[in-house]
Amino acid sequence: MVNKCYPSADAAVRDIGDGATIMFGGFGFCGIPERLIDALARRGVKNLTGMSNNCGLGGRGVDILVRNRQIRKMVATFPAQREPTPFEEQYLAGQVELELVPQGTFAERIRAGGAGVGGFYTRTGVGTPLAEGKERRVIAGVEYVLELPLRADFALIHAYRGDRYGNLIYRGTARNFGPEMATAADVTIAEVEELVEVGELNPEAVITPGIYVDRIVAVGKAS
Amino acid sequence: MKGGLTRQEVAKRAAQELRGGMYVNLGMGIPTLVTRCVPAGLTVFLQSEHGILGLGPPPPPGGEDPDFVDASRMPVTVIPGASLFSSAESFAMIRGRHLDMTILGAYQVSARGDLANWMIPERGVGSIGGAMDLVYGARRVVVTMEHVTKDGKPRVVERCSYPLTGRECVDLIVTDLAVIEVGSDGLVLKEVAPGVTPQEVQAETGAKLTVSPELREIRV
Repeated sequence: MVNKCYPSADAAVRDIGDGATIMFGGFGFCGIPERLIDALARRGVKNLTGMSNNCGLGGRGVDILVRNRQIRKMVATFPAQREPTPFEEQYLAGQVELELVPQGTFAERIRAGGAGVGGFYTRTGVGTPLAEGKERRVIAGVEYVLELPLRADFALIHAYRGDRYGNLIYRGTARNFGPEMATAADVTIAEVEELVEVGELNPEAVITPGIYVDRIVAVGKAS
Repeated sequence: MKGGLTRQEVAKRAAQELRGGMYVNLGMGIPTLVTRCVPAGLTVFLQSEHGILGLGPPPPPGGEDPDFVDASRMPVTVIPGASLFSSAESFAMIRGRHLDMTILGAYQVSARGDLANWMIPERGVGSIGGAMDLVYGARRVVVTMEHVTKDGKPRVVERCSYPLTGRECVDLIVTDLAVIEVGSDGLVLKEVAPGVTPQEVQAETGAKLTVSPELREIRV
């Protein structure tokens, strides 16, 4: 019987080791894999490279790993908030690295990583400091920069409902980077609010097909 | 100089750029206020780059749902007929030039329409979010901002001193003092705030303005 279910978030992240590269779904507080991140914090692994829209805020999600000094580098689109965060303080003190990426380029690099695409040309970033050092190309009179795919050892994502085959659906804006990140890691771990029987999810409505998901853990509704 | 529009009035003036049936992305800051200024009876589809087409007003107190937030992470609703999608889909929509317009905040705009809105160099770190994709993806880029900085320095400048978000991408600038169009021959002063003269606007601007023959007062 195919069963990708794990009994707990701790069991699902047990083989994530020091130095791992990890994608974290979520936008702000919306759709972050909080229980998996909590489990990673309990494991205490260090020197992690994280890929996430934000670098954590408010003592939740990636912020916990930053405060624990488990993060070595972040690839992110929106690291600076209105008020300074622990990540910003560590970055300005030279204690963590940052690769800043425009949000659409971030999403597309992950999509490329999961879709076997070796890179893509985009106008985004042309004429800005972010284009420095990147291959430039003019196509039909328009200037583009080359962006390369992103992949990770693990992707940690949050979904609304899933089944033991790993099929997932999301809710509202909690979907954000989940569908792309699920495709772009060697091991994708999904926490779901509700685990349902195989066949219960309408195949027409499945957003992430189970082929992309390696482990699934039911965590209940977020508090 | 006294006078000038409030932030809400700047948003109201920017909202006059909306037309029925448009697909529009609103950035953080003053653009967020535009949501409340959409004229009654006008159907505009607001896009939020983390995956909403058909952003609605904020929910009533107690009706917040943590799975539904806007790009500023505030609780929102979606309108009937809305759709939800992933980030890659959202930015394919943006990059693929499907949006009619974006309204963004700014630190600086240059005479040729360069935009700087993601980093104040002194802070040492900035946040880009979707702005760099939006400035080249949306078919029209409207900027809303205060005309000068807190210490009175012009934000409309000959050349941006802050790192750019995009080059030659801004079409229209709406500030508390003026509405300025970025034309092929430079900046054209189209409208001035009530009680403000073109000379006063020029004095607060770091680039040369050409006064439009159809210059008028901003009506909000």
